[in-house]
Amino acid sequence: MEVDNPVRAVIVGCGRVGAGLAERLARAGHDVVIVDIDTDAFNRLEPDFPGQAIRADGTDEDVLRRVGTEDADWFYALTEGDNRNAFAAQLAAETFGVDNVVAKINDPVRAEAYTALGLSTICRTRLLVDSLAVHAGLPTDPGAAGVRVAEGHHEHHDDSAPLRHTER
Amino acid sequence: MYIVVVGGGKVGYYLAKELLDAGHELVILEKNSARARQISDELGSIVLNRDGCEGKHLAEAGANRASIVAAVTGDDEDNLVACQMAKHHFDVPRTIARVNNPKNEELFRHLGVDEIISPTRMALSAIEQDIPVHELLHIAQLKGGELDLVEAQISDDSPAVGRKPSDITLPEGCSLFLLVRGPSVQQIRPETVFQSGDKVLAVTRADTEQSLRRELIGDGDGVGEPSLTR
Repeated sequence: MEVDNPVRAVIVGCGRVGAGLAERLARAGHDVVIVDIDTDAFNRLEPDFPGQAIRADGTDEDVLRRVGTEDADWFYALTEGDNRNAFAAQLAAETFGVDNVVAKINDPVRAEAYTALGLSTICRTRLLVDSLAVHAGLPTDPGAAGVRVAEGHHEHHDDSAPLRHTER
Repeated sequence: MYIVVVGGGKVGYYLAKELLDAGHELVILEKNSARARQISDELGSIVLNRDGCEGKHLAEAGANRASIVAAVTGDDEDNLVACQMAKHHFDVPRTIARVNNPKNEELFRHLGVDEIISPTRMALSAIEQDIPVHELLHIAQLKGGELDLVEAQISDDSPAVGRKPSDITLPEGCSLFLLVRGPSVQQIRPETVFQSGDKVLAVTRADTEQSLRRELIGDGDGVGEPSLTR
């Protein structure tokens, strides 16, 4: 069940979400590196996890360089901290030029703000609230879509892209 | 002026105190409740016991009418997010961030934080100036950190001793401009001959600092490795 065009994915945060995504991507044949600051977090991975697991601080520029973020096609910031995720994701996008970056941001206001700034975000709060509301028979909230892809997301090398418009 | 201070640690506390003394209006956002209580006991009811990175709480603190948001917690991620939220979500005209890890300075600047305060770098350069090692001392940063004003101490075994400026291969982008010899300060002229004990003031780019060091000071004795500064 290997995919035809394997990509390189860097995942920061080996919680349930990070570990789950790492397993799925790696078993589909993608090249996956998962980083967490806590070795115990890697217990969430299966013993035969076919990717790389590295204990390090994923918000540190040198660490991200060492794990090959420059060559990554996808970067996922999935720690338990919204701010850590926003920070790591922006390092990946701005310092390492990764094209596809997703940050998990659970505060809906912060998620909204970062989507407007050019980061793709996934907001667990809105996602869960919406699922439960739909289950209770309410109409779905279109803003609660899975991953909210930022506008101009693929053009962040362009100086007019959202994250750079305040650059001095 | 209305100022929102994010983080009520020592830096936030003393900053608030000074700003209040200067007659400004302000609020401190501090997420630790014990710490928040402690500050309001001392400074009055200017503390909101809230996380200053969360949109709702910044709104509650009146971020949309603030002239300045200063994020001074001990966590760089929190400081960056507080400033970005302030700037892009609340249109705050001026954001100031404390950057604890010098590696993050460039990213903060790049992402539009208006002013960066780097206590780590300040402490390092203060300490460096007190350590007599064969090092380039960092005196100041110019052009937002692209250039450094440095001081090189010429010693007996420096390769520059007995040479004129034209005998020294300077890396591109460096220039030597002042010589401190004993009590006197003089411009560096083509006929100047460097002596042991001289101090040379130079401007260099960060990436040419190492070769400037080699030309003026030599490879040194291994004391005070350059990792102190970069």
